[in-house]
Parts: sequence; C-alpha cells; structure tokens
Amino acid sequence: MSDKKPISSVNDFVVRFANVNGSGSASANEMFARAILRHGVPVSPRNIFPSNIQGLPTWYEVRVTEDGHLGARGGVDMMVAMNPQTWDKDVAGIEPGGYLFYDSTKPMPSTKFRDDITVIGVPLTAITNSTYTDPRQRQLFKNIIYLGALSALLDMDPKLIEQLIGEQYKGKEKLLSSNVHALHLGRDWALQNLKCPIGLRVKKSDKVGDRIFIEGNSAAALGAVYGGATVCAWYPITPSSSVAEAFTAHCKKFRHDPETGKAKYAIVQGEDELASIGIVIGASWNGARAFTATSGPGISLMTEFIGLSYFAEIPAVIMNIQRAGPSTGMPTRTQQCDIIACAYASHGDTKHVLLFPEDPAEAFEFAAAAFDLAERLQTTIFLMLDLDIGMNHRLCRPLKWDDAKQYDRGKVMTAEMLDEGRDFGRYLDVDGDGIPYRTYPGTHPTKGSYFTRGTSRDRYARYSEEGSVYADNMQRLVRKFETAQDLVPRPLQANAERPTKYGVIYFGSTSPAMDEAIGLLEARGHQLDRLRIRAFPFHSSVASFLAEHDFVYVVEQNRDSQLRQLIVNENGIDPVRLVPIVHYDGTPITARYIAKAIGDHQDHLKVTPLRKAVS
Amino acid sequence: MTYIAKPKFHHPGLKKNELGYTHRDYEGKISTLCAGCGHDSITASIIEACYELSIEPHRVAKISGIGCSSKTPDYFLGNSHGFNSVHGRMPSVLTGANLANRDLIYLGVSGDGDSASIGFGQFAHSIRRGVNMTYIVENNGVYGLTKGQFSATADRGSKSKKGVTNTDNAIDLVAIALQLGATFVARSFSGDKSQLVPLIAAAIGHTGASFIDVISPCIAFNNHAGSTKSFDYVREHNDAVNRLDVLVGRDPIAVDYAPGTVQVVEQHDGSKIALRKIDADYDPHDRLGAQTFLARHAAKGQIVTGLLYVDPDAEDLHSHLNTVETPLNSLEADTLCPGSAALDKFNASLR
Ligand SMILES: Cc1ncc(C[n+]2csc(CCOP(=O)(O)OP(=O)(O)O)c2C)c(N)n1
Ligand code: SF4
Repeated sequence: MSDKKPISSVNDFVVRFANVNGSGSASANEMFARAILRHGVPVSPRNIFPSNIQGLPTWYEVRVTEDGHLGARGGVDMMVAMNPQTWDKDVAGIEPGGYLFYDSTKPMPSTKFRDDITVIGVPLTAITNSTYTDPRQRQLFKNIIYLGALSALLDMDPKLIEQLIGEQYKGKEKLLSSNVHALHLGRDWALQNLKCPIGLRVKKSDKVGDRIFIEGNSAAALGAVYGGATVCAWYPITPSSSVAEAFTAHCKKFRHDPETGKAKYAIVQGEDELASIGIVIGASWNGARAFTATSGPGISLMTEFIGLSYFAEIPAVIMNIQRAGPSTGMPTRTQQCDIIACAYASHGDTKHVLLFPEDPAEAFEFAAAAFDLAERLQTTIFLMLDLDIGMNHRLCRPLKWDDAKQYDRGKVMTAEMLDEGRDFGRYLDVDGDGIPYRTYPGTHPTKGSYFTRGTSRDRYARYSEEGSVYADNMQRLVRKFETAQDLVPRPLQANAERPTKYGVIYFGSTSPAMDEAIGLLEARGHQLDRLRIRAFPFHSSVASFLAEHDFVYVVEQNRDSQLRQLIVNENGIDPVRLVPIVHYDGTPITARYIAKAIGDHQDHLKVTPLRKAVS
Repeated sequence: MTYIAKPKFHHPGLKKNELGYTHRDYEGKISTLCAGCGHDSITASIIEACYELSIEPHRVAKISGIGCSSKTPDYFLGNSHGFNSVHGRMPSVLTGANLANRDLIYLGVSGDGDSASIGFGQFAHSIRRGVNMTYIVENNGVYGLTKGQFSATADRGSKSKKGVTNTDNAIDLVAIALQLGATFVARSFSGDKSQLVPLIAAAIGHTGASFIDVISPCIAFNNHAGSTKSFDYVREHNDAVNRLDVLVGRDPIAVDYAPGTVQVVEQHDGSKIALRKIDADYDPHDRLGAQTFLARHAAKGQIVTGLLYVDPDAEDLHSHLNTVETPLNSLEADTLCPGSAALDKFNASLR
C-alpha cells in the first residue's frame, strides 16, 4: 500500500516509542537503546515525558547514529505507536517512507494509516494474553515482546539483548528467564509472520569505543562525590531530583566507613529551597563542601541567600538543572533559560560564576571543580545543566580522575598562621586578587573569630555603613570576579578550514547539535569559526573572538538570547554584531534547526550589502 | 554607626571559672539596643550560663536571623564565630553548620518575628529534625527592628503602638515545639535570671533540639498606650517617644519568684503578663502532660515558665543520619574521594 519507497538505512535512523506513562515501558525502551550500543553503534536517546505520573503520553526517542551525532535530529523514521491517545499525531509525525509499528490485536480502519509509510502490525495484546494471566505481567511483558519483534525487524543480534537482560536480572533467575522468554516470543512471531528485516537495520560496528552511557545528573552527582562534597541539601523538583537521588546512591556505595558503617556525608531533604541553600551556606561557612541541586523555581526562592553568599563571601555550589520557564513553565521540557537569573541572582549588584558543561563527562569534571572554585573564590558557583543533558543518557568519554589531586580549600587561615602573628582581617585583600582569608569557626581561642553578616562591614569584619568602606568592599568583589576569569574553564575554539569573518558562540547541551550543524553548514558553503563558552565570567578570549569576527551567531535555547545579553553587557560590544539564534519550544535544539537558521542568515548576508542586512 | 569595642582591661581580681576564664571572656561588643531592652538581659544570661558551664568561648558558633534579637550574638562570646544570616532563616544555616562540624556548640538566636512568621517553617523543621542546638527566641510580640508591627506571637486583641488592634490569633512557639518533638522545651522571662541562666545551661548540655522561648519586653514598642492595660498613658504618649533616637531608656525589667507561684509583670507599656513558674515537683518527662499543663494555664491567661519537657535520652540529627564521629569539615580527599580505580570500574558498568 505504500506509495513512497520505504526508507532504507543502516545504522542511521530515528525510532520513537509512544507509550502511556506508567505502563512500565521505560526499561524495555532503554534496553533497546543499550542493545544498539552493544552492536558498537552510537545512539542518542531522549525521554519526552509529561509532568504527571500516570496515564499521560510519554515518548522515548532513540537516534541511531553511526556517525556519532548526539544531538536530536528531528523527524521519526519508525514509530512504535503504543498509545491510542496520541495515535493520530504519532502517525502524522513519521517521515515519508517511514515505518509504523503497532499492536494489531484489534482491527483499525484504514483511515487511521498513511499510504506513504510501511505499516507493521504485531498482535501484541493477543500474544501476551495467551501467555500471561497476571495483569501486571501482561503489561510489563508486552514491552519486552515488542522489543523482541523489533530486534527481528531491525536485524539485531538477540544474543546481545539476552546479555543485557542477564546483567539486569543478575541473581534473579526467574525474572531473567521469563524476560528472555518474552523477548523470543516477540522475535519468533515477527520472524514467522513478517518480512524481516525491514529497510532500517542495525549492523555491527566499532564506533562506540570505550565511551560510556550515562545521564548528566548522575555524572554531576558523582562529580560531587569526587569533589569532596559532604553535605547535600535539596528539595524535589524536576528535572533536578535525580541529582540528589544519584548522590545518595553514590554515597551509599563509596562513602561509608568500612569499619563502623558510618556515613561520611549528610544528606537532608529540606522543607523547601530556602532551607536547602541555607543548609549549604551554613555548612560551607563551617568548612564543609556542600551543594544543592534545583531548577528555575528553586533558584527564584534561593536568591536572597545567594546574595548573602556573594556579599558575605561564603562558598556554595548550586546545580541548576534548567527546565522551561518562566514560573512553572514546562517542568519536563528543556531550555537554557536561567542564564541571566543565575548570573545576576539576588538584589543589589551581584555577579556569579556559572559553569556550562556540554555533556555528562564535563558535568562530572565541572561538578568536582565547582567545589574547588567555591572555596577558592568563597562565593556561589552555579553548575548549569539542563533537562536534556541531566535526564537523558548520553554517550560520552569515560570519566577520569587524577589520584594526585588534592582539594583546593582556598584561603583558610589556620590556628598556626594566627599564632605566627599573621594579620587576620576577614575582608582584607592581602594578595591583590580580591580574595580574602577566612577562618573556620572554632579555630583559635582568642584569634581569628569574626562576625559574618550580610550587612556592610569593614576589612576587619566590623559593622560599618560608611559609604567609602562599603564601596571599597564592593570594588574588591569586582576584583575577585576578575580573578575568577582565569580560574574557570576556558572557552574552546575550533576554526573553520578557511579563514572566515563569521563566528558562532554556543554552550552546554547545544554542543552535539552544533557540531553536526557545522557539517551541514559547510555543505551549504558556509564557513564558521566556533567558540564554545564553558563559564561565566567570560575569559578574555571571548572578547578576542568577538573582535576577530564581523558577525557572531549566538546559539541558545531560550527566547531572549540570554547569553548574548550577558556578552553584550559584560563586553560592551555593539549588539548588532551578535546575531541571536534561539530555539525555545522545550525540545532540544537540533542540527537541522541551527543549520537552517544560520544558513538562511548567511545567504541573506551574502546577497545584501552588510549594513543593510543587519539594520 | 560603628561598633564600640569593650576595653580589654581585665581586673586581676575577677572571678575565674574552671577553665580560668573570667566573665569578660564571655562578653562581646557593647550592645546598640535600646537601654532597657529585654534582649540585653538575655545576653547577660547567656554570658552567665556559658561562664558557669566553663565553655571554651571559641567552641561556640552563634547563629541568628535578622532583627534586634538577632543582633545580640554580637554582644556575647566575642571570641566565637557569629553569623547574622537572613531574616527567619537562622535554623537552616545552623543546621548546615552543625552538619559540617558536630563538635562545636550551636547557639541559635532569633526573634518572634524571625521565628514565628517568615521563619516559622524553618523553626519547625529544625526542631523536628532534632538538630543539636540551643534555639532561643527572644519574644517581644512585636517587630522591634522594623518599628513596632505585630508579630505572630502577639495576643489577639492587643494594640500596637500605632493603635491598631491585632485580630489574628497568637502562635505559641512552646506548644508548637512540644508538638514537633523538641526534646528540650522551656520558657522563661528575660528578667528572671535565676530561672533563665540554669535553663540555658541545661539546654546547652542537652543533646538534641533544645528550644527556649524567652519573653523579652521591647522598650520602644511596648512603651505605648495599650488599650486596657496602660498605665501612665499621658506621660508616655507624647511625640518624643515616637522617635527611636531620642527614646528614653528604662531599667530592664527584672523578676525573681518562687516555683509554683504566679508573678504578674508589668511591661514598659503598662500591660501585664502573668508568669507562672512550674512547681518543683512538676514532671518534665511527660510530653503530653506538658501540653495539657500549658493549655490549662494559657486558658487562665497565664504564661507558664520553666523547663516544660526534656527527654534525657534524645538523639540528634547526626545520629539519625548515622554520620561519622569525625567532623565532616575535616575530611579530606584521601577519605572522601573514591579514586580512579573505582571510577574505572564505574565506567565499565556503563558500557
Ligand atoms: C526578607 C526580609 N523581609 C523583611 C525584613 C525586614 N525585617 C528586619 S527585622 C524584622 C523583624 C524583626 O522582628 P523580630 O524577629 O521579632 O525581632 P525584634 O527586632 O523584635 O527583636 C523585619 C521584618 C528583612 N530584613 N528581610
Ligand atoms: S526596638 Fe525593642 S527590641 Fe529593638 S532594641 Fe529597642 S527595645 Fe529592644
């Protein structure tokens, strides 16, 4: 019935599973992605889920990509349509020539299908019902049965899936064998009744290498363990809750004293975000490494304390897993929309350090580094993830740690130093870098104690509302922020093959889509130098990059081009030279989107005199 | 305005405690509160209690929110680290500090505005978590620092200095603390040193969440004509007293009365409060009994003072969390970091 040639592609396609939330499909779908990885073929999966627990639609998309493009691609080659509620939209979303996989137990009118796609029906309900009587088993095994059928259709090696099932149910023999059985039920039915394989195929390859498959939130939480965090206070909020949950799990594994069984950490689920950041600030003031994880609404609540951290100079680490705002916005959709809110969080003149990891590997590194930075700079450090990296599995380089590394506890004056007669002024800029010394409470019976407050004080921490004293302190904070420029991760530049006067700036989770977009743009004849910003304050190389290019695109996932605003604000650059490329519908930005937006603009620049083009 | 440091001169004849410290070693900066403010009397009692306990001053961390009451940690234990955090959020900061180093003594000082309004949640949660601390609320029924608005502990029907009648019900922090499972609950009066000093000392000695509500008259904002209870209305009710800077100080109110008796105390505005000191044979180990005792006397318009409840076997948050004995802030990379070999294994599990 197909009037468009079916898509034929090996190791390069997108499969999307449409399920009903709560149907237990998540683990089968994830196993599908992992099974492809075991074939040596990179995948990039994405969860698209509602901010609800039961009943609503949920999608899981697997981009199979031998070329290793880890950004979202857009478009669906095969839809596994398991949700009657979203059927029409799901069917409509299939690329011409694509495939529709569905449960054919109940007959459907022909109007429910499309002529330009291949329809594959498997009577999943019938097969499950004839094998299982327990309703929960029926629901769960149906997912494994479709996984089995897909393995036949896509020419996957069932051994590799069996292996995965074996690892998952290690020690639980009954579950293991029943899952393998269900897998083969589906697989055998497909082999006997359908034309297998179809045009989409998985062929063994060696493109995965030693890369690992991990969620950004879990990696960031492990970074906190390696970075020496001992206190975590948090309040549940999507998409950040899994940071604290993963930190708890990692600590259970790595942080119990083998002799006493006691915990070398403290985790408190605060009553809200105010308490969580308060606990972090109290713990850090007292010399422990502490962090909280939250999302936009939590940041809003924390801002008063963030101002205190800035002004009273108390270390704090906040992992902000961004989601679409403002307000409750779209809790389960991704954006990079808290840049301004975090950079200038709180009232008065404040500036904060932001770190922008591109993937789980960097989330791990930057999370660990955040604690060094927080103590070195005695201020809040934001680790800016987003839902797309935080809650999705990403293929990334293995996590690495240098065992020689010691923690940088920053400028802490000890009892010995005080006894040597060193001049202790809590807010004295002894080294000219804007960073003063602090003492931990309880250090010395007679020396080094001081009063911490958010109210203005002099260099010796004595309360003062003198204008000159206040200004002196505020100036030092500016110096400290300048010092931060050279301590935070530097931007990474990649130049086009030929010299070009066009550049592009991007950051965070946009990275894989950007890498792919560059190829698409080159194919359209556009050359661009790239700069991936990894932190705020901006390193001087950002200013040089801007100076070296006539026009620089700033690609980001928010409406108001917030990074661009920050660059304009901090670098005093003519805004006309920074062209915003924004994407903010809550889905991850794709290479296709970036390439089109920049490509169209470039075409326009080429045919129009420059000044006109931008007026 | 800058702070005036106290002269460092120590009289050689000053009495010393077990550690050889004198009273002076427990003092702080000179108070900038209004002369006669009840909060200063509480400061004096804290100094006295710490002196008597022979605490090393620098082993105390004193943490507060924002308000006149929250300023007081600057006026005692000058050799301790203090932290004047943000309004109402002392409990979380203290909780964090306590988690970082279980070896110090944590003294939380707050006001009734700080704890019963903006910080009501934090007050409740720090108590229910059993943070090992001495949490003192200096309760004057008004917002002192912001000049006289009602706090949530103000009685229904009472009048503010501006003549506004309070129509909201009052929160009794002691009743709440008992309900939330505080393992040491007491109430006292700022002027009753003989009762307050031992209560503070006992609270410091207690492992777990200790809460003391201290009634503490505000000279500036209950120095006005109350509705029915006022005395010398004419003398007090003049323009001059509306301006804080020319406020005439009063002697702090002091009381001393026997267990089992009721003492009526006249505040600066002439309003009266009836303090009822619990009997010597009162059983402070019965939480339910304490709650009914409190409620019964509250119905009679009496404010019960004394140690209302204590659980001598209480555990604190650290034991709930099963944390190591070593303070968390002193652990370094060698014990905290699992190292590269563990990471390699972890990587392998993700392929
Ligand atoms: C977020 C915030 N809101 C309001 C204030 C203003 N404020 C400062 S102190 C205070 C009330 C203090 O009252 P209380 O805690 O009863 O202490 P008192 O001054 O009576 O001792 C208020 C509302 C503030 N500092 N911060
Ligand atoms: S305003 Fe009231 S609470 Fe504040 S210092 Fe004066 S008397 Fe004390």
